[in-house]
Amino acid sequence: MATRATAIEDAKTGDITEAVYEHPFVVRLCHWLNAISLFVMVGSGLQIFRAFPSFGAKIPQKDLLNWPKAFALGGWLGGALQWHLTFMWIYIATGLVYIGYQIFSGNYKQVLFVRRDLPGVWPMVRHYFFFGPRPPVREAYNPLQKHAYTSAIALGVLSALTGLAVWKPVQFSWLAWMMGGFHWARVWHFLIMWAMLAFVFGHLVMVVLHGWNNFVSMFTGWKKDPEYPSE
Amino acid sequence: MKPRTDSRKFKTISRRELLKLTPVLALGAFAIPQLQKPLLKGGLAFSDWASARLFRSGHLAPTFPDTDLTPFEKFPINDYDVDDPGVDFDKWTLTVAGSVQKPGDYTLAQIQALPKVTQSTRHVCVEGWDVIGNFGGVRLSDFLKTIGADPTARFVTVECADDYYESLDMATAMHPQSLLCYEMYGQPLTREHGAPLRLSIPTKIGYKQAKYLTDLSVSHVLGKVGYWEDQGYSEFYSL
Repeated sequence: MATRATAIEDAKTGDITEAVYEHPFVVRLCHWLNAISLFVMVGSGLQIFRAFPSFGAKIPQKDLLNWPKAFALGGWLGGALQWHLTFMWIYIATGLVYIGYQIFSGNYKQVLFVRRDLPGVWPMVRHYFFFGPRPPVREAYNPLQKHAYTSAIALGVLSALTGLAVWKPVQFSWLAWMMGGFHWARVWHFLIMWAMLAFVFGHLVMVVLHGWNNFVSMFTGWKKDPEYPSE
Repeated sequence: MKPRTDSRKFKTISRRELLKLTPVLALGAFAIPQLQKPLLKGGLAFSDWASARLFRSGHLAPTFPDTDLTPFEKFPINDYDVDDPGVDFDKWTLTVAGSVQKPGDYTLAQIQALPKVTQSTRHVCVEGWDVIGNFGGVRLSDFLKTIGADPTARFVTVECADDYYESLDMATAMHPQSLLCYEMYGQPLTREHGAPLRLSIPTKIGYKQAKYLTDLSVSHVLGKVGYWEDQGYSEFYSL
């Protein structure tokens, strides 16, 4: 569903290659702002978690895991909270701009996983994980990709909502109540982070597997030699 | 037919698209040591500003039945310094100063003469743990009326026997669940929990609920903010 396509003529040899404009400016901008703010939110969040690395009682305290300080941001609880409470605004603003843009531009059709995509998920899983045949590529994103991106966006929304319930369990007591109270909101907030990290891991593996042209497209918007027919 | 582009022209187009992303580099300011501190301080101040806007004077913190109470012996004792600063209960008074009509020393009996309130509320620590405790005391708002606090004043500041200090915005101080607490679980406050008088503010994070109170002051301008705030914690931290 690329909006624009062009045929590029090599100045010297006259060879023709194709390119499609796959990622609009706002999407690229939000992608990189989000990559940075997510990195900061996870790093500082893990440092905050280090202050009480448990979801049980305080007395007696049973630590769930001893997260290494080297993989956390902020140095101490107060420092980490400063990072977290600063970048949460960037994280949320980016998310709102992104979702708003996708809806109003209609570009969401490229990403949103819909019922029609359902039959295509299993063949893609078979291809990626079980050496199955490669299903034909018809759009910018295959069904499994759409599923992953749609899930990541949903996780982003949930991370913000659970975070709000942890930050303001009294002012948003209804929100905390929906999550099972402050205590559970903190658990959900933590689990959603891991789900998000699982997505990021898969995402990075796919970026490596899909090569340079695909990687560059998130910077310039243009993808050379797309695998799908460019209209 | 697709439009045709010369490869050199395509390079120019691509580069222009890439340059549009330069605003992202602005976040790099956070990596510059000289800028990092003021930027994070600004972010925290913005969060505090938003917290104050989100605070609703009439909105009550959830209260809980006795069955949800954390057993008293499992209610954590968190101090920055000592569990017991050795307060002499016989000589203890709360010294009131600032923008009030009746400054001076108030005995525990004088404070306890005000209407008593008992409530079971959640106590949330900045570290992440939470417990549900039962607190008894008098409304801070009732006490502020007793001492004739200036209704236009903006802050209530307290000092403690262990040299801890804290401050509250007036909206929070006037909240009906904000207590000058002298009982926990129906028993007089123990020394570890801040005897003879502590704050219990269910709309605030734990470190704002100072123990071993000795001084209370009402003011228009905030002097000392709080012990942990001075180390870099949030000033307003409302729940």
